[in-house]
Amino acid sequence: MERSVNMERSYNKRQEAKPHIAEEWVGKIYTFICIAFLVITIFSMVYFVASKGLSTFIVNGVNAFDLITGVKWNPDIDIPQFGALPFIFGSFSTSILAAIIAAPLGFCAAVFIVELAPKFGRRFLQPVIELLAGIPSVVYGFVGLSVIVPLFRDLFPGQGIGIAAGALVLSVMILPTITTIATDALSELPAGLKEGSYALGATRWQTIYRVALPTTMPQQMTGIVLGIARAFGEALAVQMVIGNAPHIPHSLFESTSTLTSAITLSMGNTAMGSVQNNVLWSLALILMLMTFVFVFIIRFLEGRKKL
Amino acid sequence: MQANALSTKKLNVYYGEKHAVQDVSLDFAEKQVTALIGPSGCGKSTFLRSLNRMNDLIPSCRVTGDIWMKEHNINGSETDVVALRKHIGMVFQRPNPFHKSIYENIAFGPRYHGVKKKADLDNLVEESLRKAAIWDETKDRLHKSAFALSGGQQQRLCIARSVALKPDIILMDEPTSALDPISTSRVEDLISELKQDYSIVIVTHNMHQAARISDKTAFFLSGHVVEYDETDKLFMDPSQKQTSDYISGRFG
Repeated sequence: MERSVNMERSYNKRQEAKPHIAEEWVGKIYTFICIAFLVITIFSMVYFVASKGLSTFIVNGVNAFDLITGVKWNPDIDIPQFGALPFIFGSFSTSILAAIIAAPLGFCAAVFIVELAPKFGRRFLQPVIELLAGIPSVVYGFVGLSVIVPLFRDLFPGQGIGIAAGALVLSVMILPTITTIATDALSELPAGLKEGSYALGATRWQTIYRVALPTTMPQQMTGIVLGIARAFGEALAVQMVIGNAPHIPHSLFESTSTLTSAITLSMGNTAMGSVQNNVLWSLALILMLMTFVFVFIIRFLEGRKKL
Repeated sequence: MQANALSTKKLNVYYGEKHAVQDVSLDFAEKQVTALIGPSGCGKSTFLRSLNRMNDLIPSCRVTGDIWMKEHNINGSETDVVALRKHIGMVFQRPNPFHKSIYENIAFGPRYHGVKKKADLDNLVEESLRKAAIWDETKDRLHKSAFALSGGQQQRLCIARSVALKPDIILMDEPTSALDPISTSRVEDLISELKQDYSIVIVTHNMHQAARISDKTAFFLSGHVVEYDETDKLFMDPSQKQTSDYISGRFG
C-alpha cells in the first residue's frame, strides 16, 4: 500500500518535471549551436589556409620540397625563388632559444613562489608574473627595439638585431606561461612525497631537485611546449627586433626572419591569387601544421602526467 | 634496566595558539615496539612528528622541551636535522614511494649520506629489501617503477627505504591505516621482526594492533599522556579510568 503511494508520488514528480523538458531542449540546442560554431570556424580556417597554401604547389607549380629546403627567397624577380628554410630556421631557433632562456627562470621562480615564500608568492608574485602575459606584444617589441637591440649592438658585433634579440624578447613573453604551469605543478605535488624525502634526510634543495622536479617533469614540459608554441606564433614583437632579412644568419646577432614576420611583412604587398600571395599562405600552412604538432606533443605529455 | 633509545622531557607542541601536545615525558626503550594510541586529534601523531623534527616543516608549529637521544638533546636549534633523520627514520600513513624505480627508491637516502659505489648500493638495496621482507617480490623488477607495486608492497618498500639508512629508531605514523587486512598483517609481522634491530615507535588507531605488536603502550588524550605502561598491563589492567573507558570502546 505504502509502496503504491510512493510510486504515485514519484509519478507526480515526473509530471511536475515536464515543464523542464523545454528548458532541457533550449539548453541542449543552445550549447550545440555554440560548439557547432566553434567547430565550423576551426575547420573552415584549416580548410581555407590549406586550400590557399596548397594552391602554391598545385596551381603555381612550386615544388613543396624546394619551398621547405630552399634557402633563397626572391619572390619578385623574373624567375622567383621561394626558399622558406631561412624563415623556418628563424622561427625554430628563436622560439627554442626563448624556451631555453625562459624554462629555468620560470621553474626557479615557481620554486621560490611555492617552496620559499608561499604566502607572499601566491598573493603578490604570481599575479605580477601573470601581468606580464597581459602586456600587448607591440610593447614587448618596442622595449626590445629600444633597449635590447642597442644593448646588443654595443656588446656584440653586428647591428644588435637578430635571433638573440628576438629570443630574448620572446623569452620574457613566454615566461608567465611557463612559470604559471610550473607553479601549479609544484603546488599540486602531494605533501607526502616531500615529507618522505625530508624523512630520509634530504635537504630542501635535494628534495626540490631529486623529487619535485622529476615528479612534475611532464607538466614542466607541457609548460615549455606551450611557451614554444606561443613564441612560434608571435609575429609583431619578433618582427620589430629581428631585422627581417630573408636568409639564414651566420650569428645570433645578424638580421634574419621568421615565418610570422615574413607573412606580416609581405601580406600587404602582394596581389590576392598571385604566386607571391599564395606562397605566404603556404608559410601560414607550415605554421599551422607546426601548431598542431605542438598541440599533439602537449596532449601526449598530459597523458603521461604521473600524478 | 634497559637503555633508552629516545626519551622526551616535558615536550610541548603548539600550532599557532593551539597547544597540541602538553608536557609529555616518555622513555622509549631500545629494540622494543612502543605504541601510541588515543582518539583522533589527541596529539599522538604531532608528538611522533616532533621526534624527528618533521614539525620543523610547518611554519606555525613550535616545539619546546627536551628530546634526548643518547646524551644529545636533539630538540635544540644546533641539531643537524638532516643528519638526525638518518638516525630516526619515518614511515607515513599513506605509502609515499617516489616516482622512481624500486631500486632508486631504496638508494635515494643512502646516496645523500655518502654511499656512492654501485656495488655498495646494490648490496644495501638487497639487504634493505630483505629486511623489509619484500625482496622475493621485487628482486626480478628492481628497475621497474615502484608504482607497479600494490599498496601493501609500497608500504613495505617505504619501510625498506628507511631501513636502508640503518637508523636506530623508526617512527611509524599509522602505517597500516591505508592497507587491506592481509597487507596489514604482513606489515605487522615485519614490525615484529624489525624490532630485533631497531627501536620502533608506532602511532596506531587500531587498539588490537597495538596489543598485538607493541611491548609498551602510551595512551594519549587531548595532548596529555594519560597512561604509559607495558602493553599487557595497560590493556588488561589499566590504572586510569579514562584508559579503561577508551580501550573498552566507551569513547573515541
